[in-house]
Amino acid sequence: MTHGSRLSAIVPPLVSLLVIGAGLELALLATATPTYLMPRPSVVLSALADNAGELSRATLQTALAASLGLVFSAVFGGTIAVVLSMHPWVRRAFYPYAVFFQTVPVVAIAPMLVIWFGYGIRAITAAAFIVSVFPIIANTLSGLLSTDPALCDLFRIYRAGRLATLLKLRLPSSIPHFLTGLRIASGLAVIGAIVGEFVADTYQAGGGIGTAIEVAIKEQKTDKVFAAVLMASLLGLGFFALVNLASFLSMRHWHVSETKE
Amino acid sequence: MSHSPPRPHTPESGIGVAVSISKLSRHFGGRQVLADFHLRIDAGEFLAVLGPSGCGKSTLLRLIAGLDRPDAGRVAIDSNPWPIAYVFQDPSLLPWRTVLHNVALPLELTGVPKEQRLHAAAKLLATVGLGEAAGRFPAQLSGGMRMRVSLARALITEPRLLLLDEPFAALDALTRQHLDDYLQGLFMARRMTVVFVTHSIAEAVFLADRALVLSAAGGTILTDRPIALPRPRREAVQTTVEFASECAALAQVLAQGHSA
Repeated sequence: MTHGSRLSAIVPPLVSLLVIGAGLELALLATATPTYLMPRPSVVLSALADNAGELSRATLQTALAASLGLVFSAVFGGTIAVVLSMHPWVRRAFYPYAVFFQTVPVVAIAPMLVIWFGYGIRAITAAAFIVSVFPIIANTLSGLLSTDPALCDLFRIYRAGRLATLLKLRLPSSIPHFLTGLRIASGLAVIGAIVGEFVADTYQAGGGIGTAIEVAIKEQKTDKVFAAVLMASLLGLGFFALVNLASFLSMRHWHVSETKE
Repeated sequence: MSHSPPRPHTPESGIGVAVSISKLSRHFGGRQVLADFHLRIDAGEFLAVLGPSGCGKSTLLRLIAGLDRPDAGRVAIDSNPWPIAYVFQDPSLLPWRTVLHNVALPLELTGVPKEQRLHAAAKLLATVGLGEAAGRFPAQLSGGMRMRVSLARALITEPRLLLLDEPFAALDALTRQHLDDYLQGLFMARRMTVVFVTHSIAEAVFLADRALVLSAAGGTILTDRPIALPRPRREAVQTTVEFASECAALAQVLAQGHSA
């Protein structure tokens, strides 16, 4: 990437952020909207600065549960996709239940997670896992099933076994799909962890971002609520950026999405 | 996994195997692509197969390769032809592997130790003029280079039967001529049996010992014509009267096949 193109990638979103922020600030000032209804951006920023220590501790705690959930999703989602890709019969038998993870309302079953896993990080991780596993299963499966037919023929000509074909052909060619799933899952895992915290947090060491939001709402500190939400968004962005980095590192030589600049 | 090491051969005798196809039939849905098809390919023969799109050229190649099963009839290949090599329309390289590891893949799948197969791949790459590109990835190569890598991959097992399915169709004329020259040189050195499916009459006449034209439906052989031009055929042969008359004869049959 050249210097010019990096600048042109960063400047426009920064300008739009400043314009929208300033516009919101002025509009809220002009209408004299009270802070408890809708805090001005500058108030949110100062709440963020005032509670920097507490909020970053909370963010780290949420990040831990979300990343554990995401890792479980990647490992189990990838494995489930491989098993489902084995045979159409296996897919017919089990795919509907994989869809279950997509359709289950995590808010509704979060109390059950507490019963199963107890209060604390285990239930929160489970919530993050449940909402983030399906995109990984669905995307990886579609990758495993869409291997280039000519390449499959090539492996057949050399009489490659199922395992060799899986390891040397189907798994590597599904990597771009897996990473697409992981990209979607990364944001969902943060959301899942926060929902999990609403129900299952133990308030140990101050709790996570979800707890911080809950407490701030009870205390009617709207500015702190927004500051916490901002941290949660930044956490999601951070996850997304990490997955993008992993994607770039693993595919920089060969996949069009990473080789084209 | 059974693997017979490439046997030593002499260029004079060649390594090609004969192929006999009898009563071969294959249909897809309601369409009879090949019906009661007979063909004999001699050991060390270069056969070109021409015909309109959908005439069953590729199906024939897939049946010979064992990638598809016939409804009836059989393909008999005398002595052990394995490994067969197949060159696809697209280079079909593994994009996550370097050129060197792509070329070594067939040996890897047949259980040749790493050091040995990488050494063989490097040596072969040098002969196709891609020694410098060994460490590069397919995305970093031109279309012509990718096809050369694909050809090198097919050759690394020293196949006795080489099947090519319109391999150079997507390339520009100059690159195509280079690859045709290379393929001819290789054929003359090894005398493997080659079945070359193409849309180009000139390419068929330039390369083949014998050219078939298949009909649009049912895969009937409309003509089976030996090409008697002496080898090695240079690019200049394409301007001779003999070359032109061979092309004209095949073109006439192809045109009849279309109108029929």
